[in-house]
Amino acid sequence: MSQATAEKPALPISTEVAVEIASMNKWYGSFHVLRDINMTVMTGERIVICGPSGSGKSTLIRCINRLEEHQSGRITVDGTELTSDLKNIDKVRSEVGMVFQHFNLFPHLTILENCTLAPIWVRNVPKKEAEEVAMHFLEKVKIPEQAMKYPGQLSGGQQQRVAIARSLCMKPRIMLFDEPTSALDPEMIKEVLDTMIELAEEGMTMLCVTHEMGFAQAVANRVVFMDQGQIVEQNTPKEFFNNPQSDRTKLFLSQILGH
Amino acid sequence: MTALPGPYVRTEMLPQQPPPIGQAGLLRWVRENLFSSVLNATLTLVTILVVFSLVRHMLPWFANSVWTAGSLTECREMLDGKTGACFSVVADRWNQMVFGFYPVELYWRPILAVVLLLAALAPMLFSGVPRQLLWFSVFYPAVAVWLLWGGSLWGPILATVGFGIAFMVYQSVARLQALLAAPLALLSLMVWWLWGVGLVAGVAQSIVPLDLTEVRSHEFGGFMLSVVIGVTGIALSLPMGILLALGRKSDLFLIRTVCIGFIEFIRGVPLITLLFTASTLLNYFLPPNTNFDITLRVIIMVTIFAAAYMAEVIRGGLSALPTGQYEAADALGLNYWKAQRLIIMPQALKISIPGIVNTFIGLFKDTTLVIFIGLLDPLGLTNSIRADVNWNGIYWELFLFVGVMFFIVCFSMSRYSMYLERRLKTDHL
Ligand SMILES: Nc1ncnc2c1ncn2[C@@H]1O[C@H](COP(=O)(O)OP(=O)(O)OP(=O)(O)O)[C@@H](O)[C@H]1O
Ligand SMILES: [Mg+2]
Repeated sequence: MSQATAEKPALPISTEVAVEIASMNKWYGSFHVLRDINMTVMTGERIVICGPSGSGKSTLIRCINRLEEHQSGRITVDGTELTSDLKNIDKVRSEVGMVFQHFNLFPHLTILENCTLAPIWVRNVPKKEAEEVAMHFLEKVKIPEQAMKYPGQLSGGQQQRVAIARSLCMKPRIMLFDEPTSALDPEMIKEVLDTMIELAEEGMTMLCVTHEMGFAQAVANRVVFMDQGQIVEQNTPKEFFNNPQSDRTKLFLSQILGH
Repeated sequence: MTALPGPYVRTEMLPQQPPPIGQAGLLRWVRENLFSSVLNATLTLVTILVVFSLVRHMLPWFANSVWTAGSLTECREMLDGKTGACFSVVADRWNQMVFGFYPVELYWRPILAVVLLLAALAPMLFSGVPRQLLWFSVFYPAVAVWLLWGGSLWGPILATVGFGIAFMVYQSVARLQALLAAPLALLSLMVWWLWGVGLVAGVAQSIVPLDLTEVRSHEFGGFMLSVVIGVTGIALSLPMGILLALGRKSDLFLIRTVCIGFIEFIRGVPLITLLFTASTLLNYFLPPNTNFDITLRVIIMVTIFAAAYMAEVIRGGLSALPTGQYEAADALGLNYWKAQRLIIMPQALKISIPGIVNTFIGLFKDTTLVIFIGLLDPLGLTNSIRADVNWNGIYWELFLFVGVMFFIVCFSMSRYSMYLERRLKTDHL
């Protein structure tokens, strides 16, 4: 998909920890969906999470902004530990942006209002300033001319780019993507991926669930492979694709790259 | 099988042409909708016949109607044996039908209240009206209570101010201790209403007396009574229904249980039972000698009755929203109330508009049930009009009049809801 350049620019990664997950477990009822997850993400790192359907990828990244609650272990985001304390949850959520598979734009608001809502009501930014910021990010995702339209009037790819802009308006330090392109037609996937690549090149910390292997090769520092609620393998994209270690990974790669 | 299609390239584009005659306009519509098949054509003809004979029967009754007679006997004399309606009763008792037994010299007060009501509603109903008018809407209930019942303006106004005080208490406490904020705000509201209002109103009254002649509830009647009960019930049942619907979906066990219990109980009981409770039973529970206004009691019952239905209508709207909307709101850091107010409710209410208006219409028509507890709504008044020798024996004209008036109000609500749905439509314009 994306033009994976052979030589990636060396992007700076700080030594600052953005997300730390330690011995984290989660159950849905009696179903053990995430098992002993340990993962550290540095600021500026770009991580691609992949794995078969039902392996718990969505659940994992939804735990990071507490859309799902974990039952044991620790998740620390930017130094704030996620507990049932609502203050911490609000703090983390305002620092972590999320982009969903089905965009989840607010259909009753215009594109501009979608983008200014959270800054105005969560960050208390004055309306005018919020609108300027929103227009800036809408220009960045290349759809400023759609600002006054409603989400229902946009194509899927445009909607997803608005969703990205909406998250960016909160000036997040970390971005989570849950299969941002899998509900899109092939010709729209590229426009969304390009936006994400641009974002990655600016040094945004990103955790991205995706099966776009071209994207993984182009921007990821690390690919995490999950199966049955566990992290099975993680490595640099180069190693991960060329030299997979576990049988599960090999099987998965052969299925996904085989056609 | 003729020759195989060869390669083809269009060299000129065809201009748009009008459809052939008989395919457009009235003729086509008639053929498609009224005479598309033998069965359809037969039904059309039969229906025309039925409508025609009905109209032929009723037309003289309307055409010969008398508007000026002073009594039924006089009316019959004027008709001189012909069939004809005697609408003179409407003309003769118009004031009573509209105002009940409200003092004649004070008619200007309910009229002014209705005019102001329209002004208060305008910014809520239509998008072109300046938003600042909403401040007037906030204080309208106090002004309306004052105009209708009289007494001092300070009481109702200061009672309204209580909400502002409670809000300020909430804001300032919430910054320090989030959990205490709501109970403290509620407490301050109660304290204000029980003691503060009386005290401050007394002082204010002695400085700037704003007094109107008092009018007792039992002097209310006719359409004025229906409108007072209906409008208050409508205005209160929507917010109460929203809270009940949210409570029913709440994660907090106690709140959820209470809301479900309330909704199911109220929905399971006929309104008339609640009204009887309001008029008689409530006296047993209240301390002796308390004068708890009967209109107010009826309004409370009608409101909670409609609110239970409203809650279910709104719950339907809430269920129709995809979970993605909640998740997006959460992910952006909006808290529960902000998410409800900015994301969830605007969409859920929009989906529920037909159901909500349905409940409003039902509520407004149900106000006629107060006849059974002795209040003189328009239907109750028809009885007392007939009790007068002059109008003894007149039924049709009065009922028709009441029916038409109710129809006008209910039909307007229905049309408004359609307008609103169109206006709020944001998908594929
Ligand atoms: N709310 C829920 N209640 C119960 N089980 C759930 C819930 N959400 C997900 N699951 C289960 O948890 C497992 C992991 O789900 P998850 O959505 O994280 O998978 P995924 O890796 O994102 O899959 P996909 O690639 O299909 O999106 C699945 O088996 C799913 O059926
Ligand atoms: Mg998923």
